[in-house]
Amino acid sequence: MSGPSKRLTEGGLIDRSKSLGFTFDGKRYSGFEGDTLASALLANGEVLMARSFKYHRPRGVMSAGPEEPNALIKLRTGARQEPNTRATMIELYDGLVAESQNRKPSLRWDYQAMNQLIGRFIPAGFYYKTFMGPFANTKLWMQFEKLIRKSAGMGEASWEADPDLYTHRSAHCEVLVIGGGPAGLAAARAAAEGGGRVILVEETPHLGGRLRKDSEVIDGLSGSDWAAAMETDLAGRDNVRILKRTTAFGYYDQNMVGCCERVADHLVEPAAHQPRQRMWNIRAGRVIIAAGAVEQPLVFGDNDRPNIMLAGAVRAYVNEYGVLPGERAIVFANNDDGYRTALDLAKAGGNVKAVVDPRDEGAGELADAVRALDIPVLNGHAISRARGGATGIQAAEIVPVSGSGMQHMDCDLIAMSGGWQPTVHLSSQTGSKPVWDDSLKCFVPGAPRQKEVSAGAAAGTLSLADCLSAGRKAGAEAAGVSAPSWSAPKPESAGLKSNPTAALWEAPGTKGKRFVDHQDDVTTSDVKLAHREGFISVEHLKRYTTLGMGTDQGKTSNLNGLAIMASLTGKTIPETGTTTFRPPYTPVSIGLLGGPEVGKHFAPLRRTAMDSWHDEQGCEWIDAGLWRRPRYYPKAGEGIFEAYVRETKETRGGVGVCDVTTLGKIDIQGPDAADFLNRVYTNGWKALAVGKARYGLMCREDGIVFDDGTTSRLAEDHFVMTTTTANAVKVMAWLEYYLQFVWPDLKVQVTSVTDQWAAVAVAGPKSRALLEKVVDIDLSNDAFPFMACGDVSAAGVKGRLFRISFSGEMAFELNVPADYGRHVWEAVMKAGEELGAVAYGTEALGNMRIEKGHVAGPELDGRTTADDLNLGKMMSTKKDFIGKRLAYREDLVGDHRHKFVGLMPVDGKSKLIQGAQITENANDPLPVKMIGNVTSTGYNSETEMPIALGLVEGGLAREGDIVHMQYPLRNVTVPVKVCHPIFIDREGARHHG
Amino acid sequence: MLVINCPWCGPRDMEEFTYVGDGTLKRPEIGSEETDQKAWYEYTYIRDNPRGPHLEVWHHAAGCRQHVRVKRDTLTHEIHGCWPASGEMADTTEGETK
Repeated sequence: MSGPSKRLTEGGLIDRSKSLGFTFDGKRYSGFEGDTLASALLANGEVLMARSFKYHRPRGVMSAGPEEPNALIKLRTGARQEPNTRATMIELYDGLVAESQNRKPSLRWDYQAMNQLIGRFIPAGFYYKTFMGPFANTKLWMQFEKLIRKSAGMGEASWEADPDLYTHRSAHCEVLVIGGGPAGLAAARAAAEGGGRVILVEETPHLGGRLRKDSEVIDGLSGSDWAAAMETDLAGRDNVRILKRTTAFGYYDQNMVGCCERVADHLVEPAAHQPRQRMWNIRAGRVIIAAGAVEQPLVFGDNDRPNIMLAGAVRAYVNEYGVLPGERAIVFANNDDGYRTALDLAKAGGNVKAVVDPRDEGAGELADAVRALDIPVLNGHAISRARGGATGIQAAEIVPVSGSGMQHMDCDLIAMSGGWQPTVHLSSQTGSKPVWDDSLKCFVPGAPRQKEVSAGAAAGTLSLADCLSAGRKAGAEAAGVSAPSWSAPKPESAGLKSNPTAALWEAPGTKGKRFVDHQDDVTTSDVKLAHREGFISVEHLKRYTTLGMGTDQGKTSNLNGLAIMASLTGKTIPETGTTTFRPPYTPVSIGLLGGPEVGKHFAPLRRTAMDSWHDEQGCEWIDAGLWRRPRYYPKAGEGIFEAYVRETKETRGGVGVCDVTTLGKIDIQGPDAADFLNRVYTNGWKALAVGKARYGLMCREDGIVFDDGTTSRLAEDHFVMTTTTANAVKVMAWLEYYLQFVWPDLKVQVTSVTDQWAAVAVAGPKSRALLEKVVDIDLSNDAFPFMACGDVSAAGVKGRLFRISFSGEMAFELNVPADYGRHVWEAVMKAGEELGAVAYGTEALGNMRIEKGHVAGPELDGRTTADDLNLGKMMSTKKDFIGKRLAYREDLVGDHRHKFVGLMPVDGKSKLIQGAQITENANDPLPVKMIGNVTSTGYNSETEMPIALGLVEGGLAREGDIVHMQYPLRNVTVPVKVCHPIFIDREGARHHG
Repeated sequence: MLVINCPWCGPRDMEEFTYVGDGTLKRPEIGSEETDQKAWYEYTYIRDNPRGPHLEVWHHAAGCRQHVRVKRDTLTHEIHGCWPASGEMADTTEGETK
């Protein structure tokens, strides 16, 4: 459906010698270097670029910048496909592939455009109303919801992983200038004289801002040439860094500004090792926001038709891209600036049919210039409606603002200007509330909350001359330069007399859809409906109508929307207020935020010293925090169950070896070490002899059990503590907190040594026989009894040996410096060969502790007390410790507590399920009282039946009772018998061995 | 995105720190058997939620492993000072990030 070429034969800042081929919806086109996708499509006569969100209205481009609400495009294909990119911000490159979105089967013919016909049945808030209405919770609603979900949303992201690299970088500077337009250039130039580091960020590929889009002359140079000369000057300075294609999207605490540099978005694909985008975290002494302003559309009937554009955007297409968007144009502006569009269009050879200005007094000197070209100026008039369709517009209906009478005027382009709204987003993100300026009819930045200042159009300064001098002043002040040698030049446009902007929030008339928010399809009737239904605060207005909630965050709609609401409520605009702007200023890709921390770089993988050995055996792994641990070592044909049961039996029947390096290990030294342990553990430590280990229990201040483990006394003032793998980091920080903040007078040092020691558990009746071949000390019961510890030499390596048991068998734990971990492990395995030693993983480890009834993570669930776990005896009555005072509060004691028990299926074979609930009876009427839950499940390797640990009301007092395990998700009920949690060797004969 | 001026390491990004809790807390003395439950209840559960400057404990977990006391404005996120976990706190200039 492309029309004739709209490219001008000369002019613009594009390079006509460099032709670039691209496709849109599969059709081939060409543009020039310097084009955006939007300008290249326009140049090819394509005005229809998108379908709207809700009504699927045909849409063209409205702007030429980051505020674009309409022309959202699916860019690239395959894994690099990116939805909702703004055609106005996509730099054209050779080989670019773009597609329109939100349409079926084609952009020109979109069946969902019939939504326009049912528009009155889908007004603002229809979704919520349907929720509440007669169809709510019905089958019909379920179908309806599916339909809504299908039609919701815009483009589609790729389902493939993003193949590109994103990086993060930090930078510091004395002055950060955001925006490379006239004010920003002047600010950077003045600030550079201070000698401190200056960073200038510019969103587009070129410095100059509006200087590239308007016909300005400075020092005898065109605006763009002057900007280029400024760039040469700045780039030659050692203390200035210029970041182009970089958007400052977020203003964070302590003057940190997050920026996105689009390093390779303008290439077919990034070069090898080149990131697609780079995030800059810039910490600045002072920030100058010279981010410009966004021109606002006017609200009239069918104001969303393709080829109705912002007046400043029309100038951008003419002056920067050499495109004449329309042959017969009408300019509709409530301010003088719009008149420039009439002048530039006429200069480029366009026929300007009229300038329509709602102000009775019209414009100042620019109006004279327009009239001098014989262009009619209609003061006191407004466009009430545009006539046209998917391919553009044919005419406008023009009415007097007050009074009657309507005239049709043929046209193919409407350039509209509702005035310029300063880009207050970044200053607003700091918490500074924008302030309404009634003379400018816009919000200007409020008082700074951080070390920032807005300059130029971002502060409401609109004339070029004033922007240049304001930029210079801001730059000099930020850099502490009292009188910069550089003075701001005086552009030819300086001193032009103009008339103030007048408010025209909605043009007269009622016909046609009058769009306030083009991206979200919010019309004036939606705002009026919100008002009628009481959603009159701006925050309610936003959420009820979705005004300003699109990817453009209302850059071209918030002002009109809240002004219309203000007039409906009879309040002023400042009384009505404005919504808060939050980062990001424009959409930021998740890839950028994630940076290089993706895939295996997302989190470090902790490997024990014996990791490679386990891998060589082909073990199955399981994650334990950041660690990976062998879960089981399957033999041919074995599944997880067969493997861990075999490992359990071979350990209990002979000897097993397990890598327990991941347990937390904390070295505790100092004269007050025993006193400190006495405070953090519930049981006593002062009497522990050197060369002995002890099991310890820790509580939180609230009396709930926190962690457990064994701690050994290596010397009078030297202990080594072990913690669970899961709590290693937490316990370490917790000990440090008490030593540094609560009891700084204790002379104790704690150091995490988890990474420094490799740990090998050797368990089973033949464990002593095995280790006797590895270590150099006497391991007899007399010399090295249960709970002994001491220094050893193991396979030639100095280490420590502990006689502790988690499995309930006779067992030892050998610690050696991590660098020798694999060497010693192999020596142990070799010594065990003739004893039939088996390596066992975490499944067998866990199963043996369940058989032995030891508590672990699933039982220490943040709700259990020592009493609940049958460990009440470990709560010393002879000393004070953390958690003592609150452990016996009313609710933490008594018969209602769920206490630690063992559970067995009555039939001896039904599988028990971790997390299942326990009820008294099988089929009580609902609601049923939950009397407990299953915490851990395992398999008794000696009686060959499923077992479990759990917490049940009444605890061991109910031993022998039949209760019921319920798992309603799978409709499972199993009668289970409450039993003692120690399933094997209750007397502890084996580990004393 | 705060910068905390660790008294041991100098200015460091907040990502190196873990927020721990209220820095005004005083734990009842260890071994004082008579302490009533109310004092423990308040120490364990009750926290002020001030609007404005607040003394907090942060842990320089990815740094020197020291707990530090930080005076932070809960409204503006301004940091008024940072001191070691124990000992006197020399007051610093109000309003300046130290």
